[in-house]
Amino acid sequence: MATQAKKTQVSMTVNGEPVEGFVEPRTLLVHFIRENLSLTGTHIGCETTHCGACTIDLNGLSVKSCTIFAVQADDSEITTVEGMANADGTLSALQEGFRQMHGLQCGFCTPGMIMRGHRLLQENPNPTEEEIRFGIAGNLCRCTGYQNIVRAIQYAAAKINGVDFQEAAE
Amino acid sequence: MNDMAPTREQREAKLEGMGCKRKRVEDIRFTQGKGQYVDDVKLPGMLHGDFVRSPYAHARVKSINTEKALKVPGVLAVLTAQDLKGVNLAWMPTLAGDVQMVLADGKVLFQNQEVAFVVATDRYTADDGINAVEVEYEQLEPQIDPFTAMDPGAPVLREDLAGKTSGAHGPRKHHNHVFEWTVGDKDLTEAAFSKAEVTIKETISYHRTHPSPLETCQCLCSFDRVKGELTIYGTFQAPHVVRTVVALIAKIPEHKIHVIAPDIGGGFGNKVGVYPGYICAAVASIVTGKPVKWVEDRIENLTSTSFARDYHMTTEIAATKEGRVTGLRVHVLADHGAFDACADPSKWPAGFFNIVTGSYDFPVAHLAVDGVYTNKAPGGVAYRCSFRVTEAAYCIERAMDILAQKLGMDPAELRLKNFIRPEQFPYQSALGWEYDSGDYHTAMKQMMEKVDYAGLRKEQAAKREAFKRGETREIMGLGVSFFTEIVGAGPSKNCDILGIAMFDSCEIRLHPTGAGIARVGTKSQGQGHETTWAQIIATEIGIPADDIMVEEGNTDTAPYGLGTYGSRSTPVAGAAIAMAARKIKAKAQMIAAYKLEVHEDDLEWDIDGFRVKGLPEKTLSMKDICWVAYNAPPPGMEPGLEAVSYYDPPNMTYPFGAYLCVMEIDVDTGVYKIRRFYALDDCGTRINPMIIEGQVHGGLTEAFAIAMGQEIRYDDTGNVMTGSFMDFFIPTAVETPRWETDFTVTPSPHHPIGAKGVGESPNVGGVPCFSNAVNDAFSFLGSTHIQMPHDFWRNWQAAKALGVVGKER
Amino acid sequence: MIPGPFTYHRPSSVSDAIKLLVDLGDEARPLAGGHSLIPMMKLRLATPEHLIDLQGVDGLKGITREDDNIVIGAMTTQHDLLASEVIASWLPVLRETALLIADPQIRYRGTIGGNVANGDPGNDMPALMMMLGASYRLEGPDGVRNEAATDFYQGAYFTSLEPGEILTAVSVPVPATGHGYAYEKLKRKIGDYATAAAAVILTMESCKVVTCAIGLTNLSETPLLAEKAAEAVIGTSLDEAALRNAAALAEEIMLPAADGRGPIEYRKSVGGIMVMRALKRAAARVG
Repeated sequence: MATQAKKTQVSMTVNGEPVEGFVEPRTLLVHFIRENLSLTGTHIGCETTHCGACTIDLNGLSVKSCTIFAVQADDSEITTVEGMANADGTLSALQEGFRQMHGLQCGFCTPGMIMRGHRLLQENPNPTEEEIRFGIAGNLCRCTGYQNIVRAIQYAAAKINGVDFQEAAE
Repeated sequence: MNDMAPTREQREAKLEGMGCKRKRVEDIRFTQGKGQYVDDVKLPGMLHGDFVRSPYAHARVKSINTEKALKVPGVLAVLTAQDLKGVNLAWMPTLAGDVQMVLADGKVLFQNQEVAFVVATDRYTADDGINAVEVEYEQLEPQIDPFTAMDPGAPVLREDLAGKTSGAHGPRKHHNHVFEWTVGDKDLTEAAFSKAEVTIKETISYHRTHPSPLETCQCLCSFDRVKGELTIYGTFQAPHVVRTVVALIAKIPEHKIHVIAPDIGGGFGNKVGVYPGYICAAVASIVTGKPVKWVEDRIENLTSTSFARDYHMTTEIAATKEGRVTGLRVHVLADHGAFDACADPSKWPAGFFNIVTGSYDFPVAHLAVDGVYTNKAPGGVAYRCSFRVTEAAYCIERAMDILAQKLGMDPAELRLKNFIRPEQFPYQSALGWEYDSGDYHTAMKQMMEKVDYAGLRKEQAAKREAFKRGETREIMGLGVSFFTEIVGAGPSKNCDILGIAMFDSCEIRLHPTGAGIARVGTKSQGQGHETTWAQIIATEIGIPADDIMVEEGNTDTAPYGLGTYGSRSTPVAGAAIAMAARKIKAKAQMIAAYKLEVHEDDLEWDIDGFRVKGLPEKTLSMKDICWVAYNAPPPGMEPGLEAVSYYDPPNMTYPFGAYLCVMEIDVDTGVYKIRRFYALDDCGTRINPMIIEGQVHGGLTEAFAIAMGQEIRYDDTGNVMTGSFMDFFIPTAVETPRWETDFTVTPSPHHPIGAKGVGESPNVGGVPCFSNAVNDAFSFLGSTHIQMPHDFWRNWQAAKALGVVGKER
Repeated sequence: MIPGPFTYHRPSSVSDAIKLLVDLGDEARPLAGGHSLIPMMKLRLATPEHLIDLQGVDGLKGITREDDNIVIGAMTTQHDLLASEVIASWLPVLRETALLIADPQIRYRGTIGGNVANGDPGNDMPALMMMLGASYRLEGPDGVRNEAATDFYQGAYFTSLEPGEILTAVSVPVPATGHGYAYEKLKRKIGDYATAAAAVILTMESCKVVTCAIGLTNLSETPLLAEKAAEAVIGTSLDEAALRNAAALAEEIMLPAADGRGPIEYRKSVGGIMVMRALKRAAARVG
């Protein structure tokens, strides 16, 4: 019979702030973020590591937080969608791209898409459409058909690189 | 200094009214992770519920032992059917007039059926609890195949219906029969077939699938024992209906039930129905006095809440040898699973499947639908379509291609020959609908021109020759589809849900400074209502869309509405919004006449206010009228500026479209490539073209998934083979084709703003388009119909059956 | 989908990890990237009482050339393989394969050690390792031993790993300069396991195959080395007859399961096609 294991302390930096908490070892990182830290922008869509709605940035890599235990992330640096806006509270280029290009509908996949798009642009500031599609293939969207998500990331890339992005969602 | 008055263009632009690509209001919060979905809501002392589920498709429940589970620290209660019987909730009514077990009562009828509900302090402990519940089953023979469900020796599934020779929709022929539904003139149709020069007959199956929004179904129920009030946060596409149904079955006065649908992570029909999780969470909250949250996981979602389709359609067309259709006859075998939990308007056991005559002028038609029970999950929801319309569109569009093949005609030409002509609208169909408006020929020809249809056919002919010569292993298919949707349920004369008429509503309240709030009876799940509803108001009454807040989903504040599904929001609520706005405008005109000291008839509307005819400098803006309405209304007039409209539409609306898919299939692996997909949609007046395009992209992507592999498949013993996103096909950005969109505009003559609804058209038109492309690719090898879904291995099987596999060089 | 309870351990050395595995016995499991194990735990198909997280163990990460071998630490991720110049230069077939594994997020977490050690027939790297003649460094209570990849796989999720042993590194002989390679993987979508996949490495001289090895993924309960098929193409110019013959010989040893990816007959047939295509693409790359 299952017995509740002893809770252990974890501490990490989330969106630039040091946080800590007591968790069971089996506590999934996504639950730690959502329940203990009340950062509910990170979503749960499939629980089998397919949909990517729970994507966060962990030590500079985008990962699916439904398939990592909070204890594994002890001592790590995490960014969630709540940490993505500019310092003055305005939307980042990527967030703005999603709005301008209509890259979201129900909004449920959006935080994961933005976290993945963010890391993709860090690694490849000038991705082609193919590279974007391949780069976001770990994130499922049921609403948009991805075409405008691709444009949103292209918009952000253009803006970050200081060039004009002409194409608008028709 | 430039103190020039704004130009007309600037004033128009400032409104961001209808026709403009207004950026979405919702996106500000969603892009920052600040949406609030049900699972984001936390209440003090909240508990979590989780289900023990049946591993078997058909079994008797011999015993349920909850002792060990109750000993798990943190487990507070375990509900079983016995407990629910105490409050008369072991069974619940379905929207289709059947009843459904909330928790297994004596037996289980499908795999993953709800057996017991464990309530615990947190979701981890609840999961420990369900693993500690011991259930003893005695396996029974499962009935999986719908085609043998009404065999004499088929096992009895629904013991509760023993001896009941009729159900909610008339007589039952067999213990596994749900209903038979017939429409049309049988004799005239038979006569047409007996005289026909050419006939085709094919059983066309539309497999079982699932809407599977990215957010699963979930709720949070909180019963206040002191006040006797129940608050339910839930993923509800129709919150008011939930409130009324709860009032009827839980016997709580309706004003003491507060239903709140916060942000919803996609619905696609999955969130229309009422599920055991909602009932159990509510009962558990009443029992414990604490808030109880229920969140289904993805496996539970795919295997228990509301499948879609599962229609097997035997279809016959009669025609002349010149290709003029003279009759249509369809028999549908509908697999409903263990309970008939279709989310259709109550009088429509097969939804609006009688739109099956499609876009064609069939003089006569006859339709019969037989529903059967099997040991599969209940449901039958409209997955991104109006009720059973995607099944109907698939049926007729596939059948027209089969007829074209038999006649040796081009499928586009056959369609052009048989379309309802523009002058025939409003058109009375042989199966009882009155089509409001359409110009099918223009749409079809625009599609053919834009894609260079003739050129593609030439290329295909050359490729076929090359294939025959052994120069390529790829075959090319052109999928044509031309669909007519029927949306906007609906007129109270023919639509209700459990007796509730299917109107919708809007309440607009303008504030003294010229801003306002609109509350609507619909519920967005991604459609962007907060953005588009404000655009309608902006155009109607000249207040900028940015100054109108739109609110939905809270039954205490929103006027009663029937919710969002079946593309009904724009046809029904969109009309209510326009009508409420017009009431405000009428009052505003009286105020303006008083202030400008002219007769009302001497005023004319001009973008954002009234002006005196012939004296264009004498104006009063709507913004100023708002102030006057509150603070200095004409003598005898009530202060304030607000209006409510409940809109009962006079008819459905009938959006349509012409789609084309260019596909290539490698016969040695069955792997396909979508080379091109063009979609022309006519949804009448276009409120926000950006959102329309987004809806079309999404609907096409779902159509692509369904046609090319997405299914809920069972093995022979009733195990679900596609219970996670590993096996249930949700395409990623890599597999998803690029979409080309186009449009024509044929307004609805009976809708206040001429809009028809669009969200579901691409699914309705897309599925036959993909399937026709596959079938068209294989047709020159001698096949007439290959069943969906067209995943790689089935394509390979088709190629193999046609003798063309294994010749790769 | 909640895992059962367990106790978490994060040793800092291989010897500590081995000691924990030995002391805790059957109820302990090592945890690398966790992207095979954690999903199983969430379904409670795996309920280990102890998890021994290897992320803190020194020296398990990294890619180095040691003489004629490329040595890859077990905790090296697929993403690390993709970023490695050593891999790009000497073992490009691993790069090609890593790109076909799962999706970006999973490649950041998934490790080569986890991929080759857990015995999942769907994993892509084991067939590559067999084809490349790789060996695994297994460290246990009785010391270190090296096991050839070809001897390691015994059944689905069943390997020659002894209780208490940890796979700490993979050692791959550097293939001949100018070799041709290809990994052909047919899958339903990104993130899926192979319906059928074939890995090929070969050398050619004067348009004739001199050496060749062929590995097969997800076409049996273990990864397969298609030895007869590989032998049969040696000396040929990979003309159509040779390709067909190789495919037929490879199909003879395939024993795939029927599942959502297709019936047995289909998976074998496309397995053969993958072999032919991999051979052709590998040959085109020789030089």
